[in-house]
Parts: sequence; structure tokens; C-alpha cells
Amino acid sequence: MAHLLRRAGFGATRDQLDEYIGKGYEATVEELLHPEYGDPEEQDFMDRYFIASVEARSAGHADPQWSWRMATTEKPLEEKIALFWHSLLAVGGIKLDHGLEMLTEIDLFRRLGLGRFETLLLAISRNPGMMYWLDNQNSHKDAPNENYGRELLELFSMGIDENGEGAYSEDDVKAAARAFTGWASKTTPPPFFLGPFRMQFAFDPDDHDDGEKTFLGETGNFNGEDIVEIVSRHRSTARFIALRLYLNFVSDTPDDEEIERLADVFQENDGEIRSVLRAIFNSDHFKSPAIRFRKMKSPAELVFGTVTLTDRFTIPEMDMSTLANQTLFMGQHLLNPPSVEGWHEGEEWVDSGALIERINFASGEVTRGDARGVRRMIERVAGTGAELQPEEFVDACLDAMGSIDLSDRTKSIVISHAAAKDTPFRPGSAGSEDRTLEMFQLIVSTPDFQYC
Amino acid sequence: MATNGQNGNGNKAKKLVVVQLSGGNDYLNTMVPYQDGHYYDFRPNMGLRGDSVIPIDDRIGFNSHMAPFKRIYDAGSMAVIMGIGYPEPNRSHFRSMDIWHTAEPAVSSSEGWLGKTTQAIDPEGKNPVTAVNFGRGLPRALAYPGVSVASVGALDSYGLYTGLAGAGNKDALLDTVSRIYQPMSEEGFPSQRILQTGRGALDGADLLRQAPDSYTSGVEYPEENPIAQSLKGVAQVMSADLGTRLFYTAHGSFDTHTNELVNHAKLWDEVSQAVECFWMDMEEQGLADDTVMWVFTEFGRRVADNGTGTDHGSGGGAFLIGPSVKGGLYGEYPDLDPSAQLDGDVRYNTDFRDMYTTILDDFMDIDPGQILNEKFGKLDLVRA
Repeated sequence: MAHLLRRAGFGATRDQLDEYIGKGYEATVEELLHPEYGDPEEQDFMDRYFIASVEARSAGHADPQWSWRMATTEKPLEEKIALFWHSLLAVGGIKLDHGLEMLTEIDLFRRLGLGRFETLLLAISRNPGMMYWLDNQNSHKDAPNENYGRELLELFSMGIDENGEGAYSEDDVKAAARAFTGWASKTTPPPFFLGPFRMQFAFDPDDHDDGEKTFLGETGNFNGEDIVEIVSRHRSTARFIALRLYLNFVSDTPDDEEIERLADVFQENDGEIRSVLRAIFNSDHFKSPAIRFRKMKSPAELVFGTVTLTDRFTIPEMDMSTLANQTLFMGQHLLNPPSVEGWHEGEEWVDSGALIERINFASGEVTRGDARGVRRMIERVAGTGAELQPEEFVDACLDAMGSIDLSDRTKSIVISHAAAKDTPFRPGSAGSEDRTLEMFQLIVSTPDFQYC
Repeated sequence: MATNGQNGNGNKAKKLVVVQLSGGNDYLNTMVPYQDGHYYDFRPNMGLRGDSVIPIDDRIGFNSHMAPFKRIYDAGSMAVIMGIGYPEPNRSHFRSMDIWHTAEPAVSSSEGWLGKTTQAIDPEGKNPVTAVNFGRGLPRALAYPGVSVASVGALDSYGLYTGLAGAGNKDALLDTVSRIYQPMSEEGFPSQRILQTGRGALDGADLLRQAPDSYTSGVEYPEENPIAQSLKGVAQVMSADLGTRLFYTAHGSFDTHTNELVNHAKLWDEVSQAVECFWMDMEEQGLADDTVMWVFTEFGRRVADNGTGTDHGSGGGAFLIGPSVKGGLYGEYPDLDPSAQLDGDVRYNTDFRDMYTTILDDFMDIDPGQILNEKFGKLDLVRA
């Protein structure tokens, strides 16, 4: 159960886990897969505290709102899937310097991210920010700009193999580009000085190439909708989306057999993402020990996983708005992926500077003895027994931190650290709380904690 | 004078110090074309005149807030690269900065030119401090798969558990963490890669934190000037002789859309004072001949001002500084005639990758072919 929540969300506290366990695994999977979309009740609350992020001008103004939701959500998969699409259908503050529109996109991912892929792909193709980001503004009937057509095929749907080859040709790219001519964002005044104006999509029939096109072997007077429809039912797309979901939710190392199975599920269910995720979460493969704790946490997973655990934010205070900076220091600038390819994930997340940032951040959080979540963890450890031997003490801490595992090697070193004290751990004795906090700190400093 | 006993100019394998002017420096108000009527036509509000300019020749002068730069220039140790840029200027901060960082104007890349350089210097990653970044978060310029770069906020507080209230038993914790990040003899879990990264991080932090201990200097860097403090850190690490070849610093924000006259002046006061302190310190440490400094920005500003500032443009200018540099003006000052402009911006005439080639080949003794995907020209910048 803890594994499911680490992958489908940002982990869970021990108390949350007990609640989910009461409901049962498959029922929890269904609950996670069906977040009821709606405006967050606390929107007003957020707006009151994060004044600069109301109608956010830049991505930098916008990220506190998303941080708050990732840190406090009760619908973890809704935020997790938004994060997934944000890194796949990547639009960056790199160029679209428009915070309001960036948040609109994240919300689009929340709303459509678990539904049919075709619906999402069409929505993002009609998204004014995306049109601007990939230069469809400059794609005209007489002079199509191929950027969107190409990235749609290469990065958003069909994909390419390790040799850079896709199941489409350059002619298909050109045909797609022609089909998307006339799709653009309405002219939007720059946000500078006056704040942002909402961006709007506009289709200009006069600037659209209505001629006959041959795309992936089909011929017709295709418009963008047709292209989206054709690619969405192509086997390559099923395989590509299955691969990306696998890499995000299961493992950094692809398993071909499993990905083929998921691609089948994708096609059998009309490209519904929810069905693919259900097939993932309920599989023995997903639950196997070879998968657990072997996937490198992204900076967002590390930061929001840690604050989920420590549960210290009751109001959207200023400190909260720095969480997105933390992910930036670790190499993931939310709302600003480095390119249309999103981020390089897996172990590439961790260079030496990033590792120091990760350990220092997590250490600082789990040693806040006044945070609600940390208090509950301390109490849980204290309630385990009257006197704990080193191994029992380490196990009690790992369990209190949301049932986490350490590899045998790491664990033996951690236990030897606990054993270096003169006396066994006795709850309530002098210094027992500091000892517990020290152990939490050591656990989040391990390489094992960098994985989920 | 060179520390290794060689003639400084003869030693091509210098240390590179990068100063990034983040936000897009307004080149026209940096190197001011104070005799050009077009400049004043386009800059009715932001044009610098009279005492606001320190002339170099009968065409161009430094912004008066760059007096220390003028002194370095007069000493013959500063090459001013005019009209530097790349084809089809991009006016997004991030994209344009990426282009400078990756040396790839056409395609988006995540491989930094200095990350590649770090790998070329230390292919097996033996030294965890071959490249040191001052600031939190790694600039794309230093990113490269498998290359570890230390990113330092402040030297004396760099490392694990620094500044943590809860770290009561820090020494014992560090000792245990150090044992955990001991690479294993064979591949297992945790992976060799993360264990080695951890090892490098811990060793690098130990080295860097101790760097200030052996450093003394008569130069007083201004306390309230962040870029001066970063450059002081560079000098400290350099004097500790840890084998660091690349140092990265940044200052900003040069994104002067409003209130430019005040903000731009303050930024250049800070940068030019900091740079002058650094070079005085390098002389004192005997490291000047082994060091070269590259100052750049992602783009310049529009030729025309917007009333109280300037918007994103092109052609930001750059500087290569050091006693081994043959000082002077290089490239051509951009022509401000409306017919010569590119959509309200200056046109570039020197490709920034010519400068990368020059720095790598002539100042760092690294084959530019290893770093850049194409072959570029060079500027003749080595002092004879």
C-alpha cells in the first residue's frame, strides 16, 4: 500500500496508510483513479496568502499555487498525473512567460489527464500556450511551421526509437504541419506592467491549408483534429504512452513485455489512461520487490513527499512558496522544464550538488519537532515499546515514516549508528526525542531514501 | 608570475572564471556609442551623455559606473567583444541563456559546453571539484551526464547539514553517512552511480569548506556585494590549489525593463568593483597569469528605449579579461542605422562560438572539437 501511494502520489503518512489499508488495495486504486475534478475549496485561501500568484504574471509567480496543492492534496493521483503530463507535454516558462496560462495548463492536465489520450492531445493542441510555445503562431497556410507537427509526432504521441527513427516519415511531419495551419493563440498583450490577460485559442480558417494531405497512409482534407485522431489510434502511440507511463509510475528501466501488455490495454480501452494505470497498479509486476524502492525520486517527489510526511503547513505561508525553489535547486524547475523534451529523469536527477540539496532539505524538514506530522512520527516510535534495541528502534522509525524500507547494507550501517549509543532507546527518557529526530535525519540522508 | 613556475603566457591550461550577467545586459548603455546620433534618437530617455560616459576613443565609452573596467581596459587586460551573438536571436531569457550554455542555437540541448569541458579535463571524474559553481542549482552550462559539479551557496557553510537547527549530533551523523556512501566492490543497490555521487559530494564539500582556511589576502571585497563575495570564494578555492579549472558565478538581474538608469548603474557598480577586487587579489596570490575571466549575458536590449527602460533584444556584448589577454576592442560595434537593424535590434557580427573556440583552444588548452559540434573561427586574443 505504501508503495502504491509513493508512486500514485507523493507517499503517505503512517496514519493515512492505516486508513487506506482499511479500505483495501484495489478499492484504494479505484479511489485514486477517480479524483473528482473541481475547483479546490481552498482557492480563496490560497489567493489571500499568495497574493502575487493571483493571475500570476510569470511561472515564478505561479508555482506557489501548484506547490500548495501538491503538498496538501487529498487526491494525490490528480496532482501526480498533472506532473506527469507537465513533463511529457512540456510547455515551459522558458518561452511562455505567462504564469496564468501555465496554471491553466496544469489544470487541464488535472481535468483530462486520466481520461482518453485523444481528448487530452486535442485539448493541448488547442491550448494557446502550447501553440505559442511550439511556434504554431508562425505557421501559415502558405508557409507552414513544422515545429508543432514534428513534436506532436516525436515527443507527444508516436515517439522515436534509440536510432532517432519514428514510424512516420518527414512527409507525415509536413502533412501534420499543414493540417495545423491556422491553429494559434489570439494575440495576447504582454503581461508586463498590467498583469496577464487570459490567452485564447483561435482557429483562422483563412490561414488554414484545406487541401488534400496524405498522413500515415490516409488521405483527406485533414484538419488538426484528424491528425490527432489518426495518431491516437496508431500502435506506436499506444506503445509510446505505455512506455512513458511505465517509466513514470513503475521503473526507470523499461520492461518490453510489460510495455506491450500496457499498450494492448491502451488500445482495448480507447486510449483511456485510467485503464492503463489500473493495469499497472494491480499487476504483480508493479508490486514485486524488484520494482519497489528502485525508482529514483524526482525533485518534486522528494520535496512534496517529504512535506506530505511532515505535514507542517496549515496555511499557505510564505515558506510554502519556497518549496518550488527547492525543486529548482535539485534540478527540476517546475513550470519551466528545460525544453519540449521535459526533464532527463531517473538517476540523472542526482548529481553531487543536487544530492547535497536533497539531503539538507529532507533533514531540515524531518527534524522539525514542532511539525504535526513529525510529532505523530515521534509518538508512534515512542508507542512501540518501553525499551527498544537498536534494530527495533530503527524499524520503529522506518515504520513511523510511512513504512519505508532500506537495503540490507544501508540498514546494517544505520543500526550500527543506533547501537553506538550507550543505552537502548527508552521513550520518555531524557534525550529520547532528539534521538528519534536524529534517526529520522539519518534515514532521509541515505541513498535508499532517494528512491521510491 | 605563475604558480607552477612556467611563464604564465606560455601556460595555455588556464583556469576559467565565468561571470554570467543574468537577465540581458543593455549593451548600448554598457559600451556607449556616445557620438552616434542614432543612439540618442532611439534613446531619448535612456541615452547616456556627458559625465555618464567614460570615453575609450572618439566613438565609444564605458558607462561611468564601470570605472574599474576602464582601469583594467587601460592596463591592456580586457578584450571587449562587440556585436557578439548568434543567428536568429531569441528574445526569451531562458531559451537564449540555454543557447549560450549549450552552444546550440538551432536545437534544444541539455548538454552544457562547460559540463563537456569538465569531462574533457577529468574524464574519469577523479576530482570532485574540477568545476565549482557559486550559487544554488546548476546552470545548464555545467550540466552533462555523469559530470559532478559542486554547487556552493557560501563556502564556509557548504556541505551536509550546515545551518540545520536539528543537527545535534552532526559529527557522528556525518561519519555514518560517509560509511553509507562508500562505493561497493560490485554493482548492487544502492547503485554505484549514486554511491560515487555521494562520495564525490562529501569529499568535495570537505575540500571546499576548508579552502578559506589557507587563504589570506589584503584585498577587501565589499561585504554587501553578492558578486564580489562569489568572486572572493573563487579566489579562496583557487588559492587552495584543489585542481579546480572552472569557476562559475552569476549576477543580476539585468532585466532592466523599468528604472534602468538606476538599476543598471547599480549592477555595474557591483560587477566592476567585484571584478577589479578579484584581479587585484589574483595578482596578490600570484595566480593572475594562470587565470582568465569570461563575462557574458544572454542578450542585449532593444535599440529603442521604452520610456524608463529597455526590452529584450539582441547583441549583449562580452568581455574576456586577464593579463594573458591581448586587450582592446574586437568585433564591430553594431550599426544603429535603422536600415541596418534587425526588427529593432542590433545585428550580430561575431559568433559567440568563435569566442568559445578561442577560450578553449588558446586559453584552456582543450580541443574545441571535443566540445563544439561544428568548427568555428577564432579571435586573436593571446597577448604576445
